[in-house]
This record gives sequence, structure tokens and C-alpha cells, in this order.
Amino acid sequence: MMADFHVTTRSGEKHRLEGVDGWRLMEILRDYKMGVEGICGGQLDCASCHIYVEPDWVARLPEPRDEEEAKLDELPSWEENSRLSCQIIWGEELDGLTMTVAPD
Amino acid sequence: MSPADFVSPLQTQETDALIIGAGPVGLFAVFELGLLGLKSRLIDTLDRPGGQCAELYPEKPIYDIPGLPKVSGQELTDNLMAQAAPFEPEFRFNQRVDGLTKRADGRFQIVTDAGEVHVAPVVFIAAGAGSFTPRKPKVDGIAPYEGKSLFYAVRRRADFEGRDLVIVGGGDSALDWALDLLPSVKSLTLVHRRDKFRAAPHSVDAMEKAVAEGRMKFVMGELDRLDGADGALTAVNIRNKAETTTIAADRLLTFFGLNIELGPIADWSLDLEDGKQIRVDTEKFQTSTPGVFAIGDINAYPGKLKLILSGFHEGALAAQEAFRIARPDEKLRFQYTTSSSELQKRLKVA
Repeated sequence: MMADFHVTTRSGEKHRLEGVDGWRLMEILRDYKMGVEGICGGQLDCASCHIYVEPDWVARLPEPRDEEEAKLDELPSWEENSRLSCQIIWGEELDGLTMTVAPD
Repeated sequence: MSPADFVSPLQTQETDALIIGAGPVGLFAVFELGLLGLKSRLIDTLDRPGGQCAELYPEKPIYDIPGLPKVSGQELTDNLMAQAAPFEPEFRFNQRVDGLTKRADGRFQIVTDAGEVHVAPVVFIAAGAGSFTPRKPKVDGIAPYEGKSLFYAVRRRADFEGRDLVIVGGGDSALDWALDLLPSVKSLTLVHRRDKFRAAPHSVDAMEKAVAEGRMKFVMGELDRLDGADGALTAVNIRNKAETTTIAADRLLTFFGLNIELGPIADWSLDLEDGKQIRVDTEKFQTSTPGVFAIGDINAYPGKLKLILSGFHEGALAAQEAFRIARPDEKLRFQYTTSSSELQKRLKVA
């Protein structure tokens, strides 16, 4: 089964893209050049993969671990629906996930 | 001499190679340049060497450095410092390079945000993902307050003495400074988006005690608006789901961690890729400006891998061309450290 997601980039472009099973969402967004840098490679050091997920998806994703919450704490652009995309592992259960890349 | 070249000799500091960024790749470039007899000066916005290795993951093991099956970011930094030591590199920490210009004499001149002017025939940009800068609050109209009422770090305690201070943040920096400054301020309010803190448990305990005893206030929420005029803050408004709270304050400290941004490099007329990476050739790792090289994560070329080991290779090749530019009358001699007495002398082992 193909599983797709919807992403809005910082410049407001909307894309529907296919996920890659087992990859970090950050890696998928980076590979598609959606403006996500992933400088630290997913070790929760840089927060350059910050995204906002659609509100109705917040509860459908696995809850952030303490380390992710702690890094999100630092972000002035934090919102209730903030996530670090390096902590979300892609799988077909995420089909339809909708998100916006957070500002730098 | 053009007017741009005219700077007082006291301010101008000359060297063979200027390296922007003291991360692993910049440090190894010192070594490669040093073997060729060139002296390096490194400038970094951080307060110590190591770049991301020291700032982001000092304790985390790295497994893909050739010859080092497992090494932490800090150990790698320490090893590279030891390896560079025989070449006596000079460091300028806590400074950001703002300007890069070519002088009439063919050399390059850089100016730092501390007003220092450095001149060299070659420049290596080894700036990684860019410079670490404090994340700023996402609040309109903060610029006039910066450095007057709003600070992102404590440089002088006197700035806060006897003041009504608001500190925003939930980590160690926010709590440590709240506890440290508490005795010397008029009032102190700590603001954090939730009532969980990721700081050291003893700091959290001390903060909660201070709040319970009424010596410190805690407000849960986010910065909403600053009140004041001409950079003089009078109040800070904090918003949460239930309400907006106005706190009378004339000083604000925010601790949102560090962001990495390309910064002034984008304005140096170098060919960029996606506005974020500096284009180089793969023979000399030279930018579109001859004499200016870009090595490590900051550069872009077909097949580029952002790995520390790639940056080491790039620095070694860039150093060869740097020698030809810096020593136009000398012949470049390829030698091995195992057999060359000249190299061993430079390494101070012979």
C-alpha cells in the first residue's frame, strides 16, 4: 500500500508526497527538498526539522518523548501542534498525515 | 592603496590563512596548511573550538572517523587541537566574521563584529551549517529593545541589578540565571510554556522553593507583546490558553537555545546553491572567488556528502592551492610525514 503525506513548505507551496517506510520523516522531507535541513541528523540537537502537524493528527502520532519535549521547549515558534520530524518514523499508518514546515 | 586598504596597522592583523570556523574541518585545515609551512588564524562565533562537535554533541560517540572506531565529539575536538598544536594556530573566539573583501594588493580582508581586521592571501570558509546565534522571541517589534532591555545572554550582571526582570525559558540556562540573579534584582518572574522543566533537578527544586516562598514568580505561558518606548521596556505580556498576564518589567532575558544560520556569508558575492551552500570545484575546493575556499558542510559539489571525513579531504586539497597562492615564488613539494625531515621539523617531532 502506498502511503502519502501532505506538506506545506515555508514559502506556502503544497505537495503530496509518498513516504518511505522506516525512514525518519525528517529524512524524507530533506530528501524531497522541502526546506528541512536536519543538521544534527536526528539526535534532537538542532530542531531544524520542526514541523506543525494538522491539529487532528496530534493525538494520532506517538507522543513525543521527554527529550523531544525538552528541545521543543526552546523554540520560540512552538505551537501546540509542534513536532520534530526526526522523531516520527514513517509507516503506512501515517497515510494522509498533513503538516507545515515551521519557520527557521 | 585603495581607501578600503587603509586601516591602522594596529588594528590590522596579518597571517597566511584565515579560517572561518573552528570546527573539526577548520582544525584539520590548520594541520594541512601547517605541513606546507602556512600559519593559520581561526575565527569562531562560539567560545571554544569544536563547532557542532563541541556545541551539539560533545558526549555523543561518532563511529565514522577513519582510524577511530568510536570517538566523542569532544574527544575528536581535543585530538584535532593536539594535532594542530605544533603549527601554533591563533584563535579568535566569540567573534563573527561580518565582511570579506578583496584588497587592491590581492589579499583578502575580513572584519569581525568585534571590529578586528584580519588580512591574509587565502581564506578558508569552514563554517559548517553557519554560525550559532541565539533564537529570538517570535514577537513583533523587539529590535529596539535588543541590547537595552532585552538580552539573550548575561554578559554583565550590572545590567540586571535592582531591575524588574522577566526570564523566559525552561532549561538550565534560564533556571541557573534566575537563581543566580535573584538576590540582586528588584523582582524576578520566570516564564515557561509549561510547568515541567528540563533543567537539573536541584535547580528545579531551588526554583520551586523560591516560588513557594514568594521570592520568585512563575507564570506559565508564552511571550505575547512587549510594552515600552525607545528600547526602554515597561511591561511584558504573557499569553496562555486562559488569559494574558501583564508583568511590569524593565529587563527581559530569553533563553531559547541556539539556532544555526548562514549569516553574513550569504552577502559575500560567492556562488551559492539553494542559498545555503557555497559552490566549489572538486580539485581545489575553491569558491567562485579564487583564493577563497569552502570546506566541510558549508560547501556544495556533485556527490557531496556532509561527513567530517569529507571535510578533512577537502581541506587537504584546498591547502595545496592555498600554498600556490600564498607562496607564489616557492615550489610545492609533496612529502610524507613518515619520511620527510622537513615535515617532522614542522611537526616538532624531529
